[in-house]
Parts: sequence; C-alpha cells; structure tokens
Amino acid sequence: MTKRFKTGYRIGVIVLAIIITMLLGAVILWAIGADVFKTYMVILTEPLKNKIGITEVLLRMVPLTIIALGITVAYRSGIINIGAEGQMAMGILATTAIALAFPNLPSGVLIPFAILAGMVGGAAWGFIPGFLKAKLEVSELLSTVMLNYIAAQLYTFFLRGPMLDPAELTMGSGTPQSMRLTRNLDLTRFIPGTRIHSGLFIAIGLAVLIFLLLWKTSYGYKMRAAGASERAARYGGINVPKYLIIAMMISGGFAGIAGSIEIAGVHRRAIEGVTSGYGFSGIVVALFGGLHPAGILPAAFFFGLLIYGADMTQRLVGVPANMVQVLQGIIILVIVATKMVLANPYLMQRVESKFAAIAAKRSNQEVQA
Amino acid sequence: MTFIVNILSLGIPFSVALLIASLGEMFNQRSGIFNLGCEGMMAMGAFLGMLVPYTIGQGADVPGIYNYLGLLLASGVGALLGLFFGLVVVTFRAPQGIAGIGMQMFGVGTAGTLFRHFIGGTQSVPGINTAPIPGLSRIPILGTLFFNHNPMVYVAFLFVPIAWYILFKTPWGLRVRAVGTHPRAADSIGIQVNRVRFQALAVGGALAGLAGAYLSLCQVKMFSDEIIAGRGFIAVALVYFGHWHPVKIMAGALLFALAQALQLAIQGLGIDFPYEFLVMLPYALVIVVLAFSRKSQKTGPSALGKPFNREIRT
Repeated sequence: MTKRFKTGYRIGVIVLAIIITMLLGAVILWAIGADVFKTYMVILTEPLKNKIGITEVLLRMVPLTIIALGITVAYRSGIINIGAEGQMAMGILATTAIALAFPNLPSGVLIPFAILAGMVGGAAWGFIPGFLKAKLEVSELLSTVMLNYIAAQLYTFFLRGPMLDPAELTMGSGTPQSMRLTRNLDLTRFIPGTRIHSGLFIAIGLAVLIFLLLWKTSYGYKMRAAGASERAARYGGINVPKYLIIAMMISGGFAGIAGSIEIAGVHRRAIEGVTSGYGFSGIVVALFGGLHPAGILPAAFFFGLLIYGADMTQRLVGVPANMVQVLQGIIILVIVATKMVLANPYLMQRVESKFAAIAAKRSNQEVQA
Repeated sequence: MTFIVNILSLGIPFSVALLIASLGEMFNQRSGIFNLGCEGMMAMGAFLGMLVPYTIGQGADVPGIYNYLGLLLASGVGALLGLFFGLVVVTFRAPQGIAGIGMQMFGVGTAGTLFRHFIGGTQSVPGINTAPIPGLSRIPILGTLFFNHNPMVYVAFLFVPIAWYILFKTPWGLRVRAVGTHPRAADSIGIQVNRVRFQALAVGGALAGLAGAYLSLCQVKMFSDEIIAGRGFIAVALVYFGHWHPVKIMAGALLFALAQALQLAIQGLGIDFPYEFLVMLPYALVIVVLAFSRKSQKTGPSALGKPFNREIRT
C-alpha cells in the first residue's frame, strides 16, 4: 500500500467525519427552522471579530484546558472521568473557604495556597471513584455521575448556608453566593478592558507539566501501561489499582484547579452555575485533542469558540445556546466512530482495492481507445 | 401510619420511570451493549411526549388521545436513537462508555434546544391523570397504595412479567442472551449477532423514550432541562443492582423510588434540616449499592461492553 494512499485515506475519512458532524447538527438546526449556514458562521466567526470576543474565547479555554488535561491523565490510565463537574465544585468550595479564612495573606502566598486547596478538594472528590473502581470494581462512569449530583447539592448547601454573603442576608435578595473574595486572591487581568487573566499561563504551564508527567516519567509510563492493557501491565509488575487511584486523584485535582482559577480570575466569588457543562465539555476537548497536551490546547480554543459562539446565536439567529451541547454530543459520537474506522486496516485495504480496480478499468479503457 | 402510607403511595409512581428505563437497559446489556446514553434518550422522550399534547393536542376534540400519541412518538424516536447508538457502537465498534456520554449529551442537548424553540418557558400540560380502579381503589390503605394510580403505572408493572417472559421464554430472548454471553458461539449457529444487538437497542431506546415521556406526561406534567435528573444513570446502575433480572430490577426501582419519596416526605414535615442532604440521598444510595454488589457484576453478561467482529478471532 502506498504511503500517498494512506495519507489520502486518512484525510478523506476525517473530512467525511467533519461533513457528517455538520450535517447531523444541520438536521437539528433545520428542525427549529434556523438558517443553518448562518448559524455555523456565527458560531465559528462572530467571536473572533473583536478584542473582547477573542479574549472571551481564551477565557473559556482556561478551564477547558485544565479539565481536559486531567481527563487525559485518567483516560490514558484506563478510567473515564465524567465527574469533573463535581470535582470542580469541590475545588471552588475549598478555594473559597481558604480565601474567607485568610483574607489578609499577601497575594504571593494566598494564590498558590488557594489553588493548592482547590486541587486537594478536587483530588479528594476524585479519590472516591478511583478507590471504588480499584478496590471494589464499581464502574467509574456511574460513580462519578452520582458524585456530580452530590457535589452540586453540597455546593448549594455551602452557598446558602456557611458561605452565604452576609450582605445577601441583610439585604434579603437571597441569591446563593459568597461575598466578594479578598482582592489578594485576584489573578491579574493583563489586557485592560477585558476579563482575560493570568490563569491562561497557568493552563499552558500545566499542559507542559502533564506532557512531562505522562511521557517523561516512570509514573506516567506506568499509568499509560495500565490504561493500554491492564493485564499486560499487571504482568509487568505494575500495581494497577494504585495507579488508577493516583490517575483519578490527578484528574480530580486538575478539575479542582480549574475551579479555583475560574473563581480567582473570573467570578471572584463563589456563585451558582460556575461549573455548568465544563465537566462534559472537558471530555470532548480531551478526545478532540487526541488525548495529548499539544492537541488539547488548540482543541480547548476551538471549544471555547463554540461555547462562546453558541451564546451569541440566541441573539443573532435565534438558535438556543443548548445547540453547543448537541454539537458536542455529535462530535464525541463521530470521533469515537472515526477512530475505529482509521484503526481498521481491513477497511482501508478494501477501499484501496476498489480504487485500484477503478484505476485499472480506466487505464484499460484508455488502452482500448 | 398515614406517613408511611403516603411514602409508599408516592414511591410506587416514582419508581415507574426508573423501572421502564432500566428494563430497556436490561435488554441492551443482556445483548452485550452498555448504553450510558439512556439519560439522553429519556430527555428526548420527555420533551417529545409533552410536545404532542402541547401543540396539536390543544383544543382538540379528544385531547386525551394526544397524550398517548405523545407516549408513542417518544418511544418511536427513542428506538431510532437506540439504532443510531447501534450504528456507532455495533457497526463501528466504538468504545461504549464514551459513546454513551456522547449520546447522553446529544439527547439532553437536542431536547433542550427543541424545547426552547417549540415551547419556550415553563408550560404545564394536563397530562394523563390517575385512573382509580373502580371498587378496588376503595379498599382502605391497599386501595390508595395499589389501585389509585396513573394508567401508565399499571402498564409499567405489567412490563415486568412481559420482559421476563420475552427474555427467558421466547427464541428472541434466548438470542439476546446468547449474543450477550458468547457472541462467537451464537454466530457459529447462525444467529446474526449485530442484528440482534440492534434489535435490543431499539427495544431499549423505545423503553427509555417511554420512561422519559412518563415523567413529562404523568409525573411532573411539564418539561424542564433538569427533568431527568440522573434517572437515566440510576437506571443503568439498577440493572447491575438487579442482576440483569426483571423482578430484581423492579425491587431496585422501588427501593430507589422509596428513598426519593422518603426524602420528599421528610422535606414536607418542615423539620429544620438542610434539604440538600436529603436530595443527595438517592444518589449516595446508588454508590453504596454498587460498592456492595461487586460479586453480582461478575455474573453479568460476559460479553458486556465488547464489540463483536466476525472477521477477527479473539
């Protein structure tokens, strides 16, 4: 088989996958009577038209990147973490607690301390499904989903009770949120007039860190081995349950960090709805980025674009923002199916022999002519 | 006493959505397919079920019929979604866990998008009302417990023996179990493994859609983004809990519904206790139950989650 055919085949399959994704999305758009082409144009180009738009996309890229990195560690270790949303919420609670308890610490101490607390909060929440999977063989898919619902309840409990803004209590509007956290926790907004904050650099730094961890340390090697083939890894003397738990704690820890940074950089107080959808979007970003930090950064940008663009479609073309969830679902389904097609050598052979037959027929005809 | 009767009579209708969805999931898993997309299919069912009476059913001569048309549409589209899922996990042999997450997002997202366009805000429908069985419903206590429910409640519990009969007493049930346990052996005696799996997925999807429509038409009588609230995932967990057996699944569905009813009843008592911890109860129960049903997971369909490829020997 020629190399040229192989590359062509791969590109052909991927282009086909993109077309199928767009068509499936178009079916839903058509069902609500929207202008399909215009909707896609708004989602993909409208946010990039000005400075605010671009920085808002970058802003959404930060938590997406960090969560997807964590999900990648888990996925590569053979465990699918769909509990990032809950882990993120726990991270936010931990960060808020630290900021409320030590408002007078200088920034240089408080920020690392609070982010670390967020990481511990998320890691603790990630430990539970990791432990249940490793020791009791509980499906992580189910336990993490359930822990999401539990975390969401804990989150509202704390925002309504112990962490409620005292001003809300006296003014009586009753919005469940914490007070404006100390300014010492604020991450710098480095472009005046926009919300983009230094968390972006933390996210890029973490991407490098995960690359080093997974591909340049023995820990990473063992985790990937456990994920690639559990039995072979066990035979090779790797303590698979231990690495499952570690991977899940890293995964949860990263979701926790994402929550901390979101609070310190964007909202500056714990409010409801911070985590909304980021857990599932993180999975799409991780898969779309090929489960590799170098792919995750552009993938996070792309999905930041989709999420922010979908916010605009409501106003500009009357398409509800939920459309982004539809697209993400389709993208997951298409990616997993495409991966199988690309990994199937028999199919490629079959396609090649078809092509060869057509080419032979054509050259025959030319000879006869 | 009335408190207990209240919880029980609340718990039985609460169990229906879980029961129908997990019976569907049981057929999926018995055929070897782990369908985590159940939640999304239920969301679609809930939306479509309500859509029919809300739009074309309004002001019609016999509005009652449109409720049942809604149930029918929800199951039909659920079956289509099941087949679509089959295309991904059976034909393309994609990993089922992650594909299920995609299906879940697709279903929930599509239901939310269509809902905002066709209905808009919080709108309730008259839905299907309780149909007390004449005579029997007047029996004290037992009457309120068992004979004063929505017609769909009776139907759902009728599904249990039907599902049992289909799974264990019909040739098709045998085929489903065969392809879920040993697809290669099934293939060698001429059973078309992938076709049976598609059929099981259609059945599972139809039941998931019906379960969703039950929520929007009989239980809540409206649609919201949070209407399913993890019931699809709990239904998947119930299949493990119920050892892939209809009767045990019914017991599990009742247990969870009672936990939910208890939670609501305690909230209603007005005790000063943070309600968030009560809402957590059913979800925490799922985790505990899964942790303690470890042994049962080993007795499940042995080909569960494994795609079948005729061309490659494994």
